[in-house]
Amino acid sequence: MEKLIVIGNGMAGVACVEQILKHAPKFDITIFGDETHVNYNRILLSSVLAGEKEMDDITINGLDWYQSNSIGLRLGVRITGIDSAAKTVTGDDGSVTDYDKLLIATGSTPFIPPVPGAGKEGVFCFRNLDETKALLERAKPGIKAVVIGGGLLGLEAARGLQVQGADVTVVHLMDRLMERQLDPVGGLYLKRMIEDMNVKVLLNKSTTEILGNGHLEGLRFKDGETIDADLLVIAAGIRPNVELGRKAGLNVQRGIVVNDFMETSDPDIFAVGECVEHNGVVYGLVAPLYEQGKVLAATITGNRGPVYKGSISAAKLKIMGIDVYSAGFFDDTVAGVESIRYEDPAMGVYKKLVLKDGCLAGVILVGDVTDSHRYTEWLKSGADLSKDRKNLLFPGSSPDKGLDIAEISDAETICGCNGVTKGDIVSAVHAKGIQTLAQLKECTRASTGCGSCTSMCQSLLRAVVPEFEEERKKVLCGCVPFSQENLREMVRSQQLKSVQEILDIYGNGAGCEICKPALSYMVDMAWCGDHEEDRSARFINDRVHANIQRDGTFSVIPRMRGGVTTPAELRRIADVADKYNVPMVKVTGSQRIDLLGVKKEDLPKIWADLGMPSGQAYTKGVRMVKTCVGTTFCRFGTQDSITTGIELERRLENLFTPHKTKMAVVGCPRNCAESTVKDIGLVGQEGSWQVVVGGAAGKNVRKADLLITVEETADALRAAELFFQYYREQANYLERTYDFVERLGMEKIRKETVYAPPPVQEALLTRLAKAKALSKDAWSERDTPANPTQFVQIQPLETVAL
Amino acid sequence: MTWIRITEIANIPLREGRKVAVGPHEIAIFNMGDRFLAIQNQCPHGQGPLADGIVSGNSVVCPLHGWKTCLESGQVQRPKDLRECVRSYPVRVEDGIVLLQIEDRADAGGKPAERMCTA
Ligand SMILES: Cc1cc2nc3c(=O)[nH]c(=O)nc-3n(C[C@H](O)[C@H](O)[C@H](O)COP(=O)(O)OP(=O)(O)OC[C@H]3O[C@@H](n4cnc5c(N)ncnc54)[C@H](O)[C@@H]3O)c2cc1C
Ligand code: HEM
Ligand code: SF4
Ligand code: SF4
Repeated sequence: MEKLIVIGNGMAGVACVEQILKHAPKFDITIFGDETHVNYNRILLSSVLAGEKEMDDITINGLDWYQSNSIGLRLGVRITGIDSAAKTVTGDDGSVTDYDKLLIATGSTPFIPPVPGAGKEGVFCFRNLDETKALLERAKPGIKAVVIGGGLLGLEAARGLQVQGADVTVVHLMDRLMERQLDPVGGLYLKRMIEDMNVKVLLNKSTTEILGNGHLEGLRFKDGETIDADLLVIAAGIRPNVELGRKAGLNVQRGIVVNDFMETSDPDIFAVGECVEHNGVVYGLVAPLYEQGKVLAATITGNRGPVYKGSISAAKLKIMGIDVYSAGFFDDTVAGVESIRYEDPAMGVYKKLVLKDGCLAGVILVGDVTDSHRYTEWLKSGADLSKDRKNLLFPGSSPDKGLDIAEISDAETICGCNGVTKGDIVSAVHAKGIQTLAQLKECTRASTGCGSCTSMCQSLLRAVVPEFEEERKKVLCGCVPFSQENLREMVRSQQLKSVQEILDIYGNGAGCEICKPALSYMVDMAWCGDHEEDRSARFINDRVHANIQRDGTFSVIPRMRGGVTTPAELRRIADVADKYNVPMVKVTGSQRIDLLGVKKEDLPKIWADLGMPSGQAYTKGVRMVKTCVGTTFCRFGTQDSITTGIELERRLENLFTPHKTKMAVVGCPRNCAESTVKDIGLVGQEGSWQVVVGGAAGKNVRKADLLITVEETADALRAAELFFQYYREQANYLERTYDFVERLGMEKIRKETVYAPPPVQEALLTRLAKAKALSKDAWSERDTPANPTQFVQIQPLETVAL
Repeated sequence: MTWIRITEIANIPLREGRKVAVGPHEIAIFNMGDRFLAIQNQCPHGQGPLADGIVSGNSVVCPLHGWKTCLESGQVQRPKDLRECVRSYPVRVEDGIVLLQIEDRADAGGKPAERMCTA
């Protein structure tokens, strides 16, 4: 068998090999890749950075694929030379391998503008998995991130960093964002959407110097201004990797030049992907590269015939909630070209169609891309649209999605990345009995690229396959089918400030007892007072600040910090119990006193008579800090647990958490107040404190994990606060700390709290302080009720004898 | 049959319920935004106060154990396929006042978990 060597284990190279395998097995194939990962979907690195996908989710072909197709894989080996006379390639591991046919698929490298300081620590590119990993490690809440480049890649990077909590600025050389895909008006609409996402945009900014002493500290621009930065991503364009082509003596211009059969100037060397130049054009999106791969596969396997005629570049921005699509040619200032436009500034929708000789030449869609596939089709087919002029911008929207799908012709492309048409999908469904999206992906590759056609593929399956099963993802609930992580992000980036708004825009408008309290918490967490508090979305306990009992009465537990009380308080409690005929007074498991069986109407009066704050015993919030007597009285005590416990409770009380948070402080490892089975515990020892988290003694019993050991009491309190705020921000609603620490792992938690860089720690504490400042004792509503009948029983205006 | 004047609409916040006792009837009235609905206040499962439940579309979820009841028909919707139901009452708003119509039926008066579902 002939030997085929492939240089580059990326998207185009491996896709081409897949095509070659579809022809008869002809080659003994070996692939060299200088990255250390199996073939993965580079496009989805944006989704990995934005936390929408895990790294493991983006593998296209795993090791088993290489094995079952008998493909030799040499990862981590960089090819440094080609000897086209001897027909060998040389690797940086010293290996020399001979070939019969050679395929160059080396892709491209990020272009680094020639500014001094680009080598500083803290400067990144965004091209491969390792760089994405490094970015994820670095991008933390509060960090200042700058992205150079306002194109597709730069904006997706900015969005990812912003999702990770960074404070992001995009710096762009040109006068508008995505100038290669958008006209000035489209650029303006996009800029507004990006800014609404809380990403700053600086246009017409030329960077002249990257500042800092070894470490990145900031940037200086041509106009003399500077900006601070802890992290810089350069996304200023790409350069094709053509060095090897030159070494092999091939015809190289901007890329390795190929003809319509994808042949280079050497009969045994072929090239595909971003490193290739065809007809003067170098492509930087996958759809064209896949088309090239199909042609190349035919040529190289001796089926020379199909030709590559160039592609129309169609680009879609992959940012959730920001819809931008652009294809073809859109400059309407040249002669013989006219454009049709539609604008709705309030909705942020801008559409522009560019026509030439009655045919579609280009499209820009911002804010609404639902019709993008139709336009792409018109672009490709070159259909004469003169007759339909009136309906071009609104091609008859039909409310029934199924109908929409039915209207699409079989030749229309559904998955632009992989060139899969509706006809391909329908015949695959019938021929192969496909029932799930996963099977469809496996069989046709549809929706395995950028993923923007996933919902179309699903609608299509729903329409064609009677027993179609939706993929189950972990969503909050059926009312708003998104993961909690997605929702948190949407609330923040879309500036959603009320539960009903989220339900109306992203959900079924109704909501239920599961999602409403969860969304309430998210909105409160994200906007912290600067939002519309909707009591109707809360459980009854949180409407009346007491715990509903099985008979519809309530229980009242006042706060008793550290479990310490006074004779005066005890007297008031006793008086209240008498005055309101409280059926039961009980000492609880959390070192405080419970008045059980109270009527709703009596709640505000009882709170007033008690003169004590709410113990939050009814809510997902800070419950209590139990303490032991510690050095105050105990003969074993080594730390002042009572004072420390009371201080901890004062600092955190009245705050809400994803689930209840129980704490304890003990003066020595005898652990009398059970710190090691609390959500947060402090354990005193000679000369230091252990801060432990994630303990539980409820339905589950779990010993808490050590977060850190510190000498000073102040540092112990600070560590507790850091973890507390981190849990508030990162945990899913109704996720107790014991599940939270297991999900994230203590390693990560330590790195992002007590071992985080000082600015990150400060940012956590600042957000905590802000929430604390806005919090209040819930029982103060006894004087200022949220609504006139919060506690009052309605009396009919007239009485009738029934 | 007469309409009974109950309370000003402002006394029932949007998407919340409030309990009112009219003679032997304990009724939960809900403000649905565009209209008001009323059903018997006791959940057929454990007599939970439905007025204190979370509204979910046209239903309410009992705060005690999560049974879901339709506010229009009074039919229990979760658990599924139960023939349980609560009574529902016609509601009308006039001059900013919520009015209820309570059919005076000797056999139904005051018994919790009345079974007179028509759905
Ligand atoms: C974050 C991100 C988002 C993107 N989003 C989209 C999108 O939404 N839509 C879209 O169409 N496109 C998108 N792209 C572009 C798309 O990923 C590329 O067009 C595509 O990956 C190019 O494929 P390729 O095989 O030519 O190059 P690559 O996928 O880069 O593969 C080349 C491989 O060869 C290796 N290599 C290079 N030189 C050597 C050597 N000498 N020896 C051994 N190995 C070598 C490289 O390390 C690399 O692994 C995106 C790109 C990025 C980075
Ligand atoms: C959504 C389905 C259900 C849920 C979530 C649920 C939940 C509960 C819970 C948590 C209790 C705890 C006891 C308490 O605190 O009072 C309870 C009690 C009870 N349940 Fe259910 N239950 C469901 C369905 C049913 C069904 C279908 C029946 C029978 C028709 C039933 C009959 C009972 C009875 C008899 C009790 C004891 C009542 C009491 O003493 O208060 N439950 N339920
Ligand atoms: S934990 Fe230690 S200090 Fe606290 S009461 Fe028990 S023995 Fe004393
Ligand atoms: S252990 Fe069970 S029954 Fe006892 S108080 Fe807790 S939840 Fe109620």
